[in-house]
Amino acid sequence: MIDTRIVHCMQAAAVDMVVSLPCNMLSGILDHIDMLPIKRISVCREEEGVGIAAGAALAGKWPVLLMQNSGLGNCVNALASLTCLYRLPLFLLMSHRGGAGEQIAAQIPMGQAAPRVLEALAIPYTAVATPDDLDALASFMRQIYADRAVGAAFLSRELWHAAQ
Amino acid sequence: MRRSEIIEEIVRRDWLIVANIGYPARELFAAADRPGNFYMLGSMGLASSLGLGLAVSQPHRVCILDGDGSVLMNLGSLATIAHHAPDNFCLIIADNKVYGSTGGQPTYTGGRTDLAAVARAAGNTQVSRVSTKSQLARALDEHEGHASIIIADTDPGNADVPVIPLSAVAIKERFMARLMGGN
Repeated sequence: MIDTRIVHCMQAAAVDMVVSLPCNMLSGILDHIDMLPIKRISVCREEEGVGIAAGAALAGKWPVLLMQNSGLGNCVNALASLTCLYRLPLFLLMSHRGGAGEQIAAQIPMGQAAPRVLEALAIPYTAVATPDDLDALASFMRQIYADRAVGAAFLSRELWHAAQ
Repeated sequence: MRRSEIIEEIVRRDWLIVANIGYPARELFAAADRPGNFYMLGSMGLASSLGLGLAVSQPHRVCILDGDGSVLMNLGSLATIAHHAPDNFCLIIADNKVYGSTGGQPTYTGGRTDLAAVARAAGNTQVSRVSTKSQLARALDEHEGHASIIIADTDPGNADVPVIPLSAVAIKERFMARLMGGN
């Protein structure tokens, strides 16, 4: 249900390329995307995905990089010296690990740092914590692409819990 | 062979060219600047990834001029390329065994690491190693229409060429205009 609504946000924003890494929280979204005519490329490391998304954007695509927030740390220089420098459109859709209910201690430091990393890069972001936030997500994504900018959203674990 | 010989061989084909950060981009700019050239000004390691994203998103043949040091920085890219293998994709790795844009420090390809073997083991089927300009020309012809990776044994050293005077946004805009405008 939530997975479907998130994919609908992507469709409403005319996303036509998804570059992805795996995450338990994102697996339903990945499965849903694969049933649609949206090109998806699974990558080995997040930074690689920034490069692929940049190449797709040069060809006029509107890409999403789907990853855990921990992956943001793996692609900081690429976002700064490629995507932002060349003003290429990209939306970062991240599962936000490290919050309440997190079982993996190692997710906590980057979970806390990730929003500030985006602020340091001057990348606007939104937190999607409840199903009601999803309408705003679609319009935020559309605005980012219209501006040929980089934007981000954190999908919190509560989003899925709230829907149950 | 020299990197300039690789550049001579690829610019006479009407392909899109993605050039790696540093001297590969600078030498390409000095030798044959054109709108279909995309110069990486940052993000070392990502030329092959950007080229892959470009190749799967439009039909023109994409040639990436990369280096051994940059490919070593993003080896996972070779597996992703093998899996998607768009037939308009050609990665040329100028293998000079040094980090040539940062002072010539040795890379591991001068030791025990064979990037052609790595590329094959990652699952790529059209992989060649060449050491002369004529071998390169033959490999480019043979691989046309296939996703291919060519490791070109290259002499260390850079041409005496200036920094690219174009802004990143200018490089992007004229490249995209070239793409949207066709040939």
